[in-house]
Amino acid sequence: MFDFLKAPISDLQDFVILAGKAMANLFRKPHYADDVANQMDQIGVGSLPIVLLVGTFSGVVMALQMAKALSQYGATGQVGQIVAITLVRELGPVLTALLVAGRVASGIASELGSMKVTEQIDAMRALGTDPLQKLVTPRMLAAAFVLPLLTIISDYVGITGGWLTASVMLHLTTSAQYWSTAYKALGFLDIAQGLVKPFLFSFLISLVGCFQGMRTTGGTQGVGLATTQAVVVASVWVFVVDVVVTQIFTSVPN
Amino acid sequence: MNNGVQPILQFDSVTVDFDAGPVVEDVSFVVLPGECRVILGAAGSGKTVLLKTALGLVRPASGRVWLFGDDITNLSEERLFQIRARVGMLFQEGALFDSQTVEENVAYPLLSRISSPTRQQITDVEARVLESLKFVELGHTIEKYPSELSGGMRRRVGIARATVTEPPLVLYDSPTAGLDPITANTIMALVAKERDTRNTSTVIVTHRYQDGQLMANFRFDPRIGPNGESGGHLVPDDHTRVGHKTIFMVMRDGKLVFEGSQSELENSADPYLHKFVRR
Repeated sequence: MFDFLKAPISDLQDFVILAGKAMANLFRKPHYADDVANQMDQIGVGSLPIVLLVGTFSGVVMALQMAKALSQYGATGQVGQIVAITLVRELGPVLTALLVAGRVASGIASELGSMKVTEQIDAMRALGTDPLQKLVTPRMLAAAFVLPLLTIISDYVGITGGWLTASVMLHLTTSAQYWSTAYKALGFLDIAQGLVKPFLFSFLISLVGCFQGMRTTGGTQGVGLATTQAVVVASVWVFVVDVVVTQIFTSVPN
Repeated sequence: MNNGVQPILQFDSVTVDFDAGPVVEDVSFVVLPGECRVILGAAGSGKTVLLKTALGLVRPASGRVWLFGDDITNLSEERLFQIRARVGMLFQEGALFDSQTVEENVAYPLLSRISSPTRQQITDVEARVLESLKFVELGHTIEKYPSELSGGMRRRVGIARATVTEPPLVLYDSPTAGLDPITANTIMALVAKERDTRNTSTVIVTHRYQDGQLMANFRFDPRIGPNGESGGHLVPDDHTRVGHKTIFMVMRDGKLVFEGSQSELENSADPYLHKFVRR
């Protein structure tokens, strides 16, 4: 009767096993520090231009939207506060995660998928290396380290974009007021929420990419399918986890 | 049957199941030290899966597999790593790591066993890598990436990587698939060279009967060849060497349908085997 649930539950089980092994590998030798550094470069530095661009524009758009809405209440001086809170709590982490999911989860899935269909993963096992230790754990570790950093950068350039729009271009508020309200608006829980989210998203993005890549079958067509699946699944899970984390943080009294 | 000699590889009623059904069905055979096994079969007959099962890369649904006397059927991956270190494997398309140079590819099996190599160890590894690449006559490609090599060269680097640790058993998965006849002969000559100079046990999976014929009837002579081949050449085997014998196996739809010598295979009345040999 519930046969249709077998495949997704089996997939989830496989994913949890892969995630568990990848994390257990953190405490097992050998550690591939070179691969972690290389992945940090690819995931972090490689994603920086697009994160800077989108982060800035998200702040600009927020300020433009708020300019109109707040002017109706004569509260344009609060634009800094609203831009800062929205970006740090929500837009910064989620937009950065979606960008990185599109760029990195797809990249990981296609790279590992190609290795799988050309028997490179089997060759690695035959040559005495655990592919999870060599390929999955470094990607997971690198993403967990760089995604919160990328989010911080995205938040900063977003708030700066908001300042350029609100203070320099539209003169809705003075620079001092903008930065002062933005700074004062952010409490410990806002910052914590803004950092916990990307940290959790990083695991989803890297592990979903690895999972889809490692289970690729059927040649180049399979690689394409794995890549698409990785982006879709990682993006959906980013939103699901976002809702859960937001709910937890909003239920905590300030 | 084994005359007290411990088999290098043994399959006992091994069945391997995939989602679509069994791909290897009730296969049993024994490989003794110094033996050369040629496993023939059409595409999809289960040859590659058989080879991967021998290495523990694929787990059988039933039956048992012994490698160097160890039952590897349900062994953990960590334990398998130690046993696999004594086996070399050439994958179908070479399976070289794209992101690494030829040198790094060939050095991989050596360096993966050393946690933090010293300068002296790295120098030793470099020397062995160069020696192994010279063995396959590709010493000049050391800094190239696999994508810069031809199909035959990639296969040769694959052989160098499989044999750099000088394992007692080497498995070759379709070493000549997709290659032109001249390159295919070069590859088979290297396989024979590896077998005869290092005295390794060899299992070759192939769909070309010529590959088996060459392995059964020629041996590698390291002396200068009649056409000035400085690296040695193949000469007809006089079959006087003790312990050296080539045994043929034929797979059909996952089942082992023949096991025996070349003459038994050629004289078989089975129409399928006959067709195979004639091809």
